[in-house]
Amino acid sequence: MIKVTYVAQDGTRTNIDADEGDSVMHAAVSNDVDGIVGECGGSMMCATCHCYVDDAWAEKVGPRSAGEDDMLEGAASEVTERSRLSCQIKLTPELDGLVVHLPEEQF
Amino acid sequence: MTPGTVTIIGAGQGGFQAAISLRQNGFEGAITLIGDEPGLPYQRPPLSKVYLQDGKAEALYLRPESFFEAKRIDYLPGTRVEAIDRAAQRLTVLRDGAEKSLPYDHLILATGTRNLRPPIEGIAHACDLRTLTDAQRLREKLDQPARIAVIGGGFIGLEFAAVARKLGHEVAVIEAAPRLMARAVSQRMSDHFADLHRGWGTALHLGQPAVAVEPAGVTLADGTGVTADFVLVAAGVRPNVELAEAAGLAIDNGVKTDARLQTSDPAISALGDCASFPDPRGRGHIRLESVQAATDHARLIAKRLAKGDTDPYGALPWFWSDQGACKLQIAGYATPDAAEEEIAAGIVGRFDERGLAAIETIDNARAHMRARKLIASPEPVTRADLEEIAA
Ligand SMILES: Cc1cc2nc3c(=O)[nH]c(=O)nc-3n(C[C@H](O)[C@H](O)[C@H](O)COP(=O)(O)OP(=O)(O)OC[C@H]3O[C@@H](n4cnc5c(N)ncnc54)[C@H](O)[C@@H]3O)c2cc1C
Ligand code: FES
Repeated sequence: MIKVTYVAQDGTRTNIDADEGDSVMHAAVSNDVDGIVGECGGSMMCATCHCYVDDAWAEKVGPRSAGEDDMLEGAASEVTERSRLSCQIKLTPELDGLVVHLPEEQF
Repeated sequence: MTPGTVTIIGAGQGGFQAAISLRQNGFEGAITLIGDEPGLPYQRPPLSKVYLQDGKAEALYLRPESFFEAKRIDYLPGTRVEAIDRAAQRLTVLRDGAEKSLPYDHLILATGTRNLRPPIEGIAHACDLRTLTDAQRLREKLDQPARIAVIGGGFIGLEFAAVARKLGHEVAVIEAAPRLMARAVSQRMSDHFADLHRGWGTALHLGQPAVAVEPAGVTLADGTGVTADFVLVAAGVRPNVELAEAAGLAIDNGVKTDARLQTSDPAISALGDCASFPDPRGRGHIRLESVQAATDHARLIAKRLAKGDTDPYGALPWFWSDQGACKLQIAGYATPDAAEEEIAAGIVGRFDERGLAAIETIDNARAHMRARKLIASPEPVTRADLEEIAA
């Protein structure tokens, strides 16, 4: 199990235990975390799984994958250096304890 | 006026989204979501892609069971709606062999489509790929080396063929039309994908309808025999409109709606694969089969019911198809007769009498997102805009 914390705009923190290999998007959706939609199911088509990786985790999570920058252009909320599509972050043991912040809106 | 009880028939991608969007828009009344399939609502796109390889059904569910209780959505799986009584605003439903009557103030039809079975001798022996149950059955068949014939060279047949080839099976695709995905993409894209599939070792039989399915395989119109241990039929779908038709609603290649997705009865809306709605580009009524249309329809209906919004539907259509390692993305919607022009390598524009209708790209998220913006913008498209897409 890999622990992930989702921090909402109002500061509410939701902690979940996800399976290794799961994506940050799917872990959120299957645990009913509001704020991640994931409409295309992780096909990099919708940009409704946008999240901001916490500064402390930026290095471990690594850079955006090919095409992610382009899809993020379609994101509903502001895109920053820390922006990622959460469907493209796969949970590995190194990411145990990961903290991500949720955007204001996904549409 | 906000209805007290909203009932949704069909717990697929669109029906589920309508339920969730109603709550997100502050709807406080009762929501009943009725689906004839067992289990939790799930996503279909992975059924012809990653699910065939990993078999993870849990990964398909749209939300966990706890969600329905938390959001006060009365979810009735394994329940089939048999009839709509519009005068009494009641439904007859069948669950576990027992008939029940349920009231509604507003009804949403989200019944989707079912597979079309062309009139081919012996077709009853072929497999389908529409539901999770279908996909589970296919996965079992993919367990051992097989020779597979796919009838239908559209998105689903080709996605399946790509996976089956990758898993080492012998695959033949049979398509009655002279080219692949003819209803959805340009000639150039058809040709590109034909080359790809051939390169992966799939046999393509184009322009040859299947005439018979036998235990040994499939026979084509010209007499060619295609040997197969099993046959998948992916030859298109029919919208599930029978309930609506029997209830006297207007039908036009789907349940006919106005620009606000309201049917000919103001107490009933329709969405997604089963709905035929006015094309925002003014090409008459259209019906789209995509996750984007189903979910965007659902959002519009939810806003109307919860908040009284009267906006017409105008969301930009988008589609995708993953075949092998190749991703086709389409922004906009072109009819099969649209003209085509190559904008750059792997980027094709489709044009109709109103101008640019759609842009198809391969493995190019940047161009796809630019195309979405360009097509959605009300400004006339210039040559420079088109060149900008590929830049
Ligand atoms: C294998 C496959 C791959 C696909 N890939 C893609 C893709 O890559 N991209 C994309 O955009 N789209 C894809 N699609 C299409 C997409 O899944 C559909 O467009 C979308 O699911 C439509 O949503 P819907 O709610 O209109 O209908 P559906 O999701 O089909 O849901 C309709 C539901 O209503 C139920 N129902 C019907 N009648 C009744 C009744 N009388 N009582 C109770 N329940 C009833 C049905 O059983 C079904 O569960 C794919 C579809 C399939 C089958
Ligand atoms: S879920 Fe659609 S882009 Fe991540």
